[in-house]
Amino acid sequence: MTGAHPLLSVRDLTKSYGTRRGCADVAFDLWPGEVMGIVGESGSGKSTLLGCLAGHIPPDTGRVVFDTRAEGPRDVLAMAEPERRMLARTDWAFVHQNPRDGLRMGVSAGGNVGERLMAVGARHYGQIRAQAVDWLGRVEIAADRIDDKPRQFSGGMQQRLQIARNLVTGPRLVFMDEPTGGLDVSVQARLLDLLRGLVRQMGLSAVIVTHDLAVVRLLADRLMVMKDGLVVEQGLTDQVLDDPQHPYTQLLVSSVLQA
Amino acid sequence: MSDYNFAYLDEATKRMIRRAILKAVAVPGYQVPFASREMPMPYGWGTGGVQLTAACLTPEDRLKVIDQGADDTTNAVSIRKFFQRTAGVAVTERTREATIIQTRHRIPEAPLTEGQILVYQVPIPEPLRFLEPRETETRRMHALAEYGLMHVKLYEDIARNGEIATAYAYPVKVQGRYVMDPSPIPKFDNPKLSDCAALQLFGAGREQRIYALPPHTQVVSLDFDDHPFVAAKAPHACDLCGDAASYLDEVITDDAGGRMFVCSDTDHCATHRATGHAGRLGGTEGAAA
Ligand SMILES: Nc1ncnc2c1ncn2[C@@H]1O[C@H](COP(=O)(O)OP(=O)(O)OP(=O)(O)O)[C@@H](O)[C@H]1O
Ligand SMILES: [Mg+2]
Repeated sequence: MTGAHPLLSVRDLTKSYGTRRGCADVAFDLWPGEVMGIVGESGSGKSTLLGCLAGHIPPDTGRVVFDTRAEGPRDVLAMAEPERRMLARTDWAFVHQNPRDGLRMGVSAGGNVGERLMAVGARHYGQIRAQAVDWLGRVEIAADRIDDKPRQFSGGMQQRLQIARNLVTGPRLVFMDEPTGGLDVSVQARLLDLLRGLVRQMGLSAVIVTHDLAVVRLLADRLMVMKDGLVVEQGLTDQVLDDPQHPYTQLLVSSVLQA
Repeated sequence: MSDYNFAYLDEATKRMIRRAILKAVAVPGYQVPFASREMPMPYGWGTGGVQLTAACLTPEDRLKVIDQGADDTTNAVSIRKFFQRTAGVAVTERTREATIIQTRHRIPEAPLTEGQILVYQVPIPEPLRFLEPRETETRRMHALAEYGLMHVKLYEDIARNGEIATAYAYPVKVQGRYVMDPSPIPKFDNPKLSDCAALQLFGAGREQRIYALPPHTQVVSLDFDDHPFVAAKAPHACDLCGDAASYLDEVITDDAGGRMFVCSDTDHCATHRATGHAGRLGGTEGAAA
């Protein structure tokens, strides 16, 4: 099953907000272990696309086919809601730009990490806690912070906690919307390092939305450039960045170099 | 009495409530919305329970009302009087003789029987509210039976206190499906919810919800494998009747730290004493009652 099909196969994906285009005619394949970056200016449809992929936003048309563990490729959009939500808390992960959207601020760090385990039936407190400690360690949060609430954490720590909370069930596909947005440059660098390590270790596939071409260079094997809801260019990251074909991509790359 | 329609509510309203009750009975543990009416008492004083009782009462019924197990507290007395006045029904303090029992925060000690209805007053019907304030989201969680969050609450309890410290309104799962708030009864009472011979109805007036446990419904208290549910009570016997198995209230008796433990279920205590039992302080005076 694994390897024979793309992990995620997207075709004709379109979402409009009334007459305004969110994203249109998006198509791509993501293979196991691959990381794809999505770049584009504000309002170009990156979050809309990610939301459609992750099942948060119902698209108007299109197919999102995921290679499920049990049954092979399935159209996620045609799944019943319970099945899709089960997928979302087991095989998928979603890291929000704002940790507030991805964490339960009133629940301790350990409870945040343990939630997905409990949601899939873990009923042994000691084991849940041990796994939470393990995951806090992997995202470089000291074990003695396990009973602290996220609001007692710095922005970078909150983001790392969000990552631990998402990865604890061993997902295969991670969606991230600007995971380093709003953080200091040095904190960003550390988070990126961490993400890169986890992606490699766990063999994760990921779709990462970002403004930041440095993030893309560091993490993404492939790159998709969006403008006005359309994909204007996609390909291997190095290729696209070093030899951009579309005028908009050329502008994007040169403007970053100048900045 | 003739100034009021029987049991205060008009017949159309009672029919509306009965329809909600039927639905609640058909889907045990599911919170059915209903159009809660203004009652001549403030929210928090049992308006949900009162509407259920009004919708269930017949002229032949014998009503018992308890608050924290006692028949003689202000809340219980005023609800009992309310139905004496508006429905003219017979009332009793004896659990065994009652056909309908409206309760706040306790389940009577005496086993309930078929043909009895136990009506609970519920302040907050939504067990997931504590961690997920959005009603749209909690409804979806119930619909999809996504109850991981309930265990997060218990996890937090153990992380903070070393054990599941929730002592009241301890969450339960009904017939393997819906997670339900049993109202703020002590967790000591939780086992009595399960396989109960009586019909149990829950009414939340302010929140406009009715839910139910039909007779002999299976009700399980949520827990962890390594922190199992325990139906705890104070490790004493009642100082009046000597019963070591009933749920106790602690009563401070003087300024010097003197205290006694007495049954919270006043009818149970009186009945126990009437059959010749006595506690540390209770003896003769109780037996004569
Ligand atoms: N809920 C909505 N209702 C109406 N229009 C929306 C909605 N969400 C997004 N849009 C519009 O869709 C387009 C794409 O928005 P989207 O949020 O996907 O952009 P983005 O690339 O993620 O931008 P940013 O980089 O600022 O996060 C924009 O024109 C936006 O105004
Ligand atoms: Mg966005």
